[in-house]
Amino acid sequence: MNSATLFGLCSAALVGLGLFGLIVRPEPLRKILAFNLLGSGVFLFFGVVARRGAAAGLGADPVPQALVITGIVVSFSATALAVALVLRLRKLTDEVTSGLGAASKAQEDGDHS
Amino acid sequence: MSTTITTTASGYLLVLAIMWPVAGIMLSFVTSGRGVERLACVVLPVGFGIAVAVLIAVAQGGQSQIYVVGDWAPPLGIALRADGISAAMMLTTAIVMCATGLFAQGEFSQPSDLPEARSPVVFWVLLFAIWSGLNALVLGSDLFNLYVALELLTFAAVPLVCLKGQKETIEAALRYMLFALIGSVLYLLGAAMIYGAYGTLDIGLLSERVRPDPATLIAASLMTVGLLAKTALFPLHLWLPPAHAGAPAPGSALLSALVVKGSFFLIVRIWFDAMPGLLSFAAAQLLAALGAAAILVGGALALRQKRLKLLIAYSTIAQIGYLFFIFPLAAGLTAGIAWSGIAWTGGWLQLFSHALSKAAMFMAAGLIAEALGHDRIAELGGIGRRLPITMLAFGLSGLSLVGVPPSGGFVAKSLLLMATVMEGQWWWATVIIVGGLLAGGYIFMVLGRLLGSSATPLASLAPVSMRRELAALSLAICAVLLGFLPLRSSDFLQIGR
Repeated sequence: MNSATLFGLCSAALVGLGLFGLIVRPEPLRKILAFNLLGSGVFLFFGVVARRGAAAGLGADPVPQALVITGIVVSFSATALAVALVLRLRKLTDEVTSGLGAASKAQEDGDHS
Repeated sequence: MSTTITTTASGYLLVLAIMWPVAGIMLSFVTSGRGVERLACVVLPVGFGIAVAVLIAVAQGGQSQIYVVGDWAPPLGIALRADGISAAMMLTTAIVMCATGLFAQGEFSQPSDLPEARSPVVFWVLLFAIWSGLNALVLGSDLFNLYVALELLTFAAVPLVCLKGQKETIEAALRYMLFALIGSVLYLLGAAMIYGAYGTLDIGLLSERVRPDPATLIAASLMTVGLLAKTALFPLHLWLPPAHAGAPAPGSALLSALVVKGSFFLIVRIWFDAMPGLLSFAAAQLLAALGAAAILVGGALALRQKRLKLLIAYSTIAQIGYLFFIFPLAAGLTAGIAWSGIAWTGGWLQLFSHALSKAAMFMAAGLIAEALGHDRIAELGGIGRRLPITMLAFGLSGLSLVGVPPSGGFVAKSLLLMATVMEGQWWWATVIIVGGLLAGGYIFMVLGRLLGSSATPLASLAPVSMRRELAALSLAICAVLLGFLPLRSSDFLQIGR
């Protein structure tokens, strides 16, 4: 087994794990992490493609490596946007729950007095 | 195609089409919050002019317009290419954008007596970004370049859903985002496999080299499944209703009319341009079967909705289903079979007429909700008398969705119906007819209420601007006029293939 095959198998495992997490886990943050795992698997696969396509005495085909850089930027922005949404949702949910909690507490106090 | 690809005379227009809205975004950051709206008054008409110029250039040249970026021919560089369908798609985008801009001028403006708000600025920036992303998507001819365009489109579409900032809309946006993330990463994986197998991502070069081996088919399937999630084809449609119903009216119009069509366009690019002839009979039937399920399930669910915007969102799911009949019915397009051309024209007409009528319908629903303060279907009684123009817009766009002649939707569906008969795939004809009946059911259910007697005094309704009503009406009229288009333009849609 050469290194390209080994890394190829690694990337397949990462893609599988990421896809599993993305579909099975209900929590948004875990889904986002699973997406990043899946993305890493795909980027590693680009690396494998680059290694296999090496020619003319080069260590690797430079095109997939250039694509990976763009891919990482895109996936970084996607993660940032998704995390921003999760944070905002968390903030709103907290406000709602704390508001409800305060209201029910006030009602309890009223009942006692 | 073995000759080197060079830039054509009008090729610079393609760069302009992508960069002009981007210039709008850049200028939005340097003008004041109030200036953005005035900026849109310049960006939108000029962008429309560019789309018309591209359409004329493609029609007059009778061939694709090409721009080779940096004069590096593929496979080293990347090319932008406008064929018949991309030019038509650009014009549809431009029409919907301009009407949406006109409609949003009231909703997303900054009154001079109030402090500047953030959401109007964000709305206009997102509108420009969606336009640029869509133009890049229809003009791209490199699978990785298309991935970037697809992501730009998604990143502009997701915040549009939660512009109101309520909890439900942010939940909807997050769900949309997660579906979109799965979709884009699967697409990217497919693109990586294609590069590994062929050493190029250029669509033109791929179409010459492509062969039906397992690696190619797996790659193409991954890309297709990813794009189906973004197109919201049944059963990957779960994110669409809350997202499209939760967005503000002009946002819903853009999302439902244009954004979901972007990823569909890419599926067609893959199967008809990058890998012609590779879609097997069974795979095409599977895609159409999902489309048929979308028509039936979407239509049935639309009938059960209590809120108008949700009803329209479910109707989008159903109408997207029709588009997928293009795969089995137009499969012989490269072989030059006549009825494949009919199905091809019908499929694209369905896309354009749905874009126009659905945008009009979401705008009309937005105005109704604004006047009444809610959009519960059961309590819409009599609003048609107070907002006759809005009701006319809703009615006309509804007729196009149902497929009543004369309208774009009628011509599209009748062409598809004709193709099913000629192709001998009658089973899709039954679905088209039942889908029309379902659409008739939910449209007339709403229209009946709009025309009915009112339970509440109409005088208590909030005022609605006439200009915004006319923006919705003009789109609905465009959707109807599409039905009068001479069919010579079917040749136009086949330019560049």
